[in-house]
Amino acid sequence: MWSFSNIANNLHEWLSNTFNPTMTLIIEMVLAGVAVIGLFAALGLVLVIMERKVSAWMQIRLGPNRVGPKGMLQSLADTLKLLVKEGLTPNGADKFLFNLAPFIAMIVAMLLMAPIAFAKDFQLWDLNIGVLYVSAVSSLMVISILMAGWSSNNKYSLMGAMRSGAQIVSYELSAGLSVLAVVVMTGSLQVSDIIHSQADGWWIFKGHIPMVIAFVTFIIAVTAETNRAPFDLAEAESELTAGFHTEYSGMKFALFFLAEYVNVFIVCAIGATLFLGGWMPFHIGNWTAFNHVMDYIPSSIWFFGKTFFLIFVIMWFRWTFPRLRIDQLLNLEWKYLLPISMINLLIVTAMAILKWHF
Amino acid sequence: MFITKYIKDVYNGVKSLLVGMKRTLYYFTHHKEIITQQYPDNRDTLVLPERFKGEVVMPHDENNEHRCTGCQACELACPNGTIKVIFKNELNAEGKKKKAIDKLVYHLELCTMCNLCIEACPSDAIKMAQTFEHSVFDRNELTKILNNPGSKIMDGVE
Amino acid sequence: MFEEVGTTIDGDMIINVGPQHPATHGVLHLVITLNGETIKKVEPHLGFIHRSIEKMCESLSYRQFIYVTSRMDYLSAHINNHACALCVEKGLQVEIPPRAQVIRVLMDELTRIASHELWWGAMAMDLGAFTPFFHAFRERESINDIMEETCGARLTMNYMVPGGVMQDLHPNFQKRTKEFLQLYKRKIHEYDELVTGNIIFQNRMKNVGYLSAEDAVSYGCSGPAARGSGVSCDIRKIYPYEIYDKLEFDEVLETAGDSFARYMIRIREMQQSIRIIEQLIDNIPEGDFQTKTKAVLKLPKGEFYTRVETARGELGVYIVSEGGTTPYRIKFRSPGFSNLSVLDHIARGSKLGDLVAMMGTLDLVIPDIDR
Repeated sequence: MWSFSNIANNLHEWLSNTFNPTMTLIIEMVLAGVAVIGLFAALGLVLVIMERKVSAWMQIRLGPNRVGPKGMLQSLADTLKLLVKEGLTPNGADKFLFNLAPFIAMIVAMLLMAPIAFAKDFQLWDLNIGVLYVSAVSSLMVISILMAGWSSNNKYSLMGAMRSGAQIVSYELSAGLSVLAVVVMTGSLQVSDIIHSQADGWWIFKGHIPMVIAFVTFIIAVTAETNRAPFDLAEAESELTAGFHTEYSGMKFALFFLAEYVNVFIVCAIGATLFLGGWMPFHIGNWTAFNHVMDYIPSSIWFFGKTFFLIFVIMWFRWTFPRLRIDQLLNLEWKYLLPISMINLLIVTAMAILKWHF
Repeated sequence: MFITKYIKDVYNGVKSLLVGMKRTLYYFTHHKEIITQQYPDNRDTLVLPERFKGEVVMPHDENNEHRCTGCQACELACPNGTIKVIFKNELNAEGKKKKAIDKLVYHLELCTMCNLCIEACPSDAIKMAQTFEHSVFDRNELTKILNNPGSKIMDGVE
Repeated sequence: MFEEVGTTIDGDMIINVGPQHPATHGVLHLVITLNGETIKKVEPHLGFIHRSIEKMCESLSYRQFIYVTSRMDYLSAHINNHACALCVEKGLQVEIPPRAQVIRVLMDELTRIASHELWWGAMAMDLGAFTPFFHAFRERESINDIMEETCGARLTMNYMVPGGVMQDLHPNFQKRTKEFLQLYKRKIHEYDELVTGNIIFQNRMKNVGYLSAEDAVSYGCSGPAARGSGVSCDIRKIYPYEIYDKLEFDEVLETAGDSFARYMIRIREMQQSIRIIEQLIDNIPEGDFQTKTKAVLKLPKGEFYTRVETARGELGVYIVSEGGTTPYRIKFRSPGFSNLSVLDHIARGSKLGDLVAMMGTLDLVIPDIDR
């Protein structure tokens, strides 16, 4: 059957037969890099048009409908526009850091691609501490934002960066704790193990209410971590114009923009992997016939379907809710999410020990 | 008690958020509620109300005759000096000299569409047209002469 | 005074919000002294959209100057025109026909709803929720369509003239207004669902920007900004003009004095306006829509002052006449100017994010402040 893993395996075989092992490795790394960059570009285009359409329909508008069929090429046109625009570096900015910051944002997003399983047996790097790796690398994101805010030499940028620093550092905690709930259930940090443990049902169904709470906490925390509304204080446009990327223009701005969307994709992919079974089709216990029917749908479709559903939920948040204030944002984390997820983790641990889950 | 209040707060908060999300989901799925008009495309079907104040025009009949007597009421009524009446002397049927308008100059760029000139006109010679696409590349094109070349005043209008 | 550019001697940060800033709807310039996120001082700078409307009016005749006032508070253009027309009528001592009075009140209340509608959307947008803005425009556009049909314009109508209104009501007016009332009633609960009931919104608004009743009076606040603090100041009630004394409606009052109170005032005021329209829409008396006045108006020598309740508060028009065809001096007492002056007082000590909530609930229209 045609699948991502078959293609990857055939390619690997052909490369190993043609070249020596070192060369094979180098070629495969280059190919993976190109694939990731291609995926970035595709994701940027798709997610931007998706966001614009979702927002338009929620706001009783039509949304982009001029470029291409039903406006589907709008984001391509926008990208072209951003490419030809001048990338301005303001006077008085720390030029090196200013130009470095968008690339750090992109590199962090790229690194996060590594442990994500896009389809059955199709993964860049199935390292044994995958989940830990993800939460470690994703907190590097804040460095690029702080760097951009500081080096812009603009007060709006600086305030946005400082807000974002406080925000990301706090929300790391509850995101980490809710991820830990799945890790406790599975007993492994490896992404492939976590997915295989959901072969008889996704964790969100198997883990009773505590898992649902963990899932909700996770979604809220990652929304905050990726600086999406209602937690977009770092770029609160009615207060701080554009926050940390006020001074950026042209392609450097586009990189931040792209990094935001790619980050949303990544956190949703991780959420789908941990709670909704990643590429694992919808299986119910030992209903073999039903499970077989579900298996006919390719695993990549399952993965992308779940991920895009979660992305839709995050966009749905953005176009419904007003923004929080900075102290309310921290209150929500420290007074509500953190205690809830801590107690929740305790319950999940007890459940895991007593084998109360399905 | 503190714990019950805490749980109640969380419950009410989450509920209020879900109510809002339900409303946006309704609009997300009900595209017939969309009220956008696609303006340049619907130009043919676009109907403006008959009172819409677009620009001042002077209607002429089929004999190229208008109703303007040149009484300057519009010129006086205009707050911005938008309208200028330029006269000429005409010989009427009996060979007497008669004052008539040569040009009624209308500066669209100065007009605020306040409708005062139309109200002031005693002979209904001018009216508001329902046009609204006034952009031009040359500013001079905004200075318009309302009466057609060679036009005359209608018989019976004093 | 300043150690380095943009910092005070205490090391506080000074930032400029506006005149080109997404938070200030228009060209308001606020110089804010910040200690971290906490506001220490707000200094509004005006003059970016000053068109010297008062001076312009001195060279225009009593018929002509009214159209300029549509450009002051462009969201309640009808009510501005109404105030000027009332003042000229006071000087001329003409009675206007009952039909014209009813038309004026109907238009005023429709304008009030349209203005509050836009405020509601813009306010939610300030707080980061974009969707309500577009939903508010759905209702506002249907009011604008009604206006366009009768008055010929959507924003700067110049419909009220000394002696009545410029044209009679359009035959469709009653039908379309009833349609609007139905639409409004069908959609009003969405406002609660989307914004008012939202926990994030309530937390952003409650206990923010507290204005006590004494301060509201001493700063000269009027309209919803003062009524949110419990100051009864609705000109329609205390100095009724036109037929407001014969109508049944409540003066909306809240006592909390915070941003949420001011928000609720406007939401409830829209419902009172709906009530007024419902009373009048089927009872428009027949008759003239305009009293015959002379072609050239001359006010007798003297001073004339009228005030009306706009969507933002009390608008006063003060005309000094020397007996000629043009006013000797005109002064507008605009509600926005006094309401803006209270911003520094209520903003001190709150967070930067609260500033937009306060500016939103004061409902500032910058051309109204600057004139």
